[in-house]
Amino acid sequence: MFDGLDALLLARIQFAFTVSFHFIFPSFSIGLASYLMVLEGLWLKTSKQLYLDLFKYWVKIFAIAFAMGVVSGIVMSYQFGTNWSVFSDKAGPVIGPLMAYEVLTAFFLEAGFLGVMLFGMNKVGKRLHFAATCMVALGTFISAFWILSVNSWMQTPVGHVMGANGQFLPGDSWFDIVFNPSFPYRLVHTLMATYLTTAFVVGGVGAWHLLKDRSNAHARKMFSMAMWMAVTVAPLQIFAGDMHGLNTLEHQPQKVMAMEGHYDSHPNGAPLILFGIPNSEEKRVDYAIEIPKASSLILKHDPNAPLAGLDTIPDDEEPPVGIVFWSFRIMVGIGFAMLGIGLWSLLARFRNRLYEWPGLHRAALIMAPSGFVAVIAGWITTEVGRQPYVVYGLMRTADAASPLDAPAVGASLLAFVLVYFAVFGAGTMYILRLMGKRPHTGELGAKRGDTGPIRTAGITPGPTQNPGGAEALPTDKEDV
Amino acid sequence: MDLTVIWAFIIAFAVFAYVVMDGFDLGIGILFPTFQVGSERDRAMNSIAPVWDGNETWLVLGGGGLMAAFPLAYAVILPATYPLIIAMLLGLVFRGVAFEYRWRDPNHRQFWDAAFAGGSLVAAMAQGMTLGALLQGIEVVDRAYAGSWFDWLTPYTLLTGLGTVAGYALLGATWLVWKLDGTGQAKARQLGKISALATIVLLGAVSLYNLVLNAEYAERWMTAPEIYFAAPVPILTAIVAVALIRSLKAERHSKPFWLSLALFFFGMAGLGVTMWPYVVPPGLTIWDAAAPEKSQIFMLIGVAITLPLILAYTAWAYWVFRGKVGDEGYH
Repeated sequence: MFDGLDALLLARIQFAFTVSFHFIFPSFSIGLASYLMVLEGLWLKTSKQLYLDLFKYWVKIFAIAFAMGVVSGIVMSYQFGTNWSVFSDKAGPVIGPLMAYEVLTAFFLEAGFLGVMLFGMNKVGKRLHFAATCMVALGTFISAFWILSVNSWMQTPVGHVMGANGQFLPGDSWFDIVFNPSFPYRLVHTLMATYLTTAFVVGGVGAWHLLKDRSNAHARKMFSMAMWMAVTVAPLQIFAGDMHGLNTLEHQPQKVMAMEGHYDSHPNGAPLILFGIPNSEEKRVDYAIEIPKASSLILKHDPNAPLAGLDTIPDDEEPPVGIVFWSFRIMVGIGFAMLGIGLWSLLARFRNRLYEWPGLHRAALIMAPSGFVAVIAGWITTEVGRQPYVVYGLMRTADAASPLDAPAVGASLLAFVLVYFAVFGAGTMYILRLMGKRPHTGELGAKRGDTGPIRTAGITPGPTQNPGGAEALPTDKEDV
Repeated sequence: MDLTVIWAFIIAFAVFAYVVMDGFDLGIGILFPTFQVGSERDRAMNSIAPVWDGNETWLVLGGGGLMAAFPLAYAVILPATYPLIIAMLLGLVFRGVAFEYRWRDPNHRQFWDAAFAGGSLVAAMAQGMTLGALLQGIEVVDRAYAGSWFDWLTPYTLLTGLGTVAGYALLGATWLVWKLDGTGQAKARQLGKISALATIVLLGAVSLYNLVLNAEYAERWMTAPEIYFAAPVPILTAIVAVALIRSLKAERHSKPFWLSLALFFFGMAGLGVTMWPYVVPPGLTIWDAAAPEKSQIFMLIGVAITLPLILAYTAWAYWVFRGKVGDEGYH
């Protein structure tokens, strides 16, 4: 059944599939870990039960998202070797140590303190528990640091020398490799994306419960916190995205050409194509709606500045324009929609209608999953946009794959697709179910050990008899 | 000592840490169907829920560390054992999410319990077979795997796979002997005896098979001066095996687990004697596959700083959840 496809294409589809699925979870859990840290910190500072309730409400959701992130992440750490063994051999001496640092400084930190964070509140006391929460949050941040350094090095490789055996070898300074030219931009852009993603999920859940009961204090608090996040981070993110774009123009001009849909060079100022249909055969954008000279204004800060187009790039080094063009527009469109919601919430605050404006709540609810779409669209833009290279300008994707037959790669791809949709589909359903429950006073955390001894005693208590064991019981339909 | 040797020991340590730590929680998964639905299963699960995630991180360190320190070995072993690795990863997906899902969906708890057990079994079997595939030798031409994609499937690898399953079950059972009380503990002790016998028999069988598998392996175990280093390994293994069986019969609590760890330690030492100095027998030594010195030094700094910290906070996390499960639960 894989006869029509070659092993390379299947390997690329497999990597794109597994990494896209995987990144959904960290893009949520990085932001959520920080949110949990803030909630617990506020609880310790103010002693308000409300913050503890919110912490316990979200920590259950975090536990599921984190588990999905862990198992899909283990897959990623082996994808390099299973499907991209030539790349691993050649680039291993440079990127391998960075990934090892990620494991040593981030993964162990997260996993080591996660158990205490989820189940240890009454074992270690409040302060030590808060320290564990902080360690988990710090771990997610450090993890992003290293993996984005790896990705950025592959996009803008510097600081290496070529070995006689064809390997990339570290040069004089690891600092140059780690802090390669695109890394600071990518790190800031990605971290802010995770904060926005989380903010819109939290805001969406808050909005959902406000639509049902606008007096719910817990829903009000989470909605308000999320909207503050949206209105402050969205504009910063748009600014950071612009800076990242300028950095890309400097180091990977053909990616920007594809994003802009510029098949032709424009010596006297390039137009900004808002929409259109890229036609790579005719090398033009059909039905284009464009603003004259605006692209030069944005990218060069001068309406008449010349901008080179894809006509200056050899055909075999051209990225697939259609995908990059569209994924970029989806990402930017969502970014501005997020800003719109943020500003709307600010207006609502001034009018004292933040919790009494169903239109805003409905809009926030619709926008709840938008962060995930934007994040995936952004990654597609940057990853497809650097094709045909895996190490930009130096190693082609086609030369990086493992010596495997198409049926082997195809069969494993099929297995990943089936398992991921089933397993992560179920997990998403469980998360949505938790989100559907009304946040309330006396929220239960992720504890579960108490079901053991209770069952041992031969009792099957109902939720009213034993609220401590309620959430693990089949009869648990509280507040739905 | 040269850096490549130090790195070989670090990777060996990571693999050992993974095998014994995830070994016991995979073992609990393998034994899971024998536990009664309800309290027995819940408590077995609770005994590992706070630590499984950290345990599995050692696998990422083993894989990531191998790529970083011995990139060529990583680039050869993974394509050579491709279906095994994929099966292991998918097994780990199922069992990993089951920790959360079974509590979130009581109506499908049976299904997620089966996923936990099945995923654990598949992962353990695949890991054991991968080790066997490595020991029986991988064909390498021009820095790449040159065999076909079913070379890993032989009677020998089936034997190493079964040995690993039995060994993990032993670790899981003895862990539960330590962490449970009452009927659960009695059952775990019974399972411990069975899996201890199976482990010892299969370990012996694999060791003997190694002698006929590769003339070089036999030479290492049978001739002087190597034999002076090698001989203590099987002797100590035998002593530990006897002590293990006796500790299970004597109804000790934590001792069987520590002795099982010792059994794995000597098994690993034997593996080291067998393979040294190859990382991918029969052709690639650790020096052939090693990363350049600059990469090794850079990572060694990281390991020297972080590994003691990791071991310290991991020990702390275990300490927090010490004691019998079910006496108080994780309130």
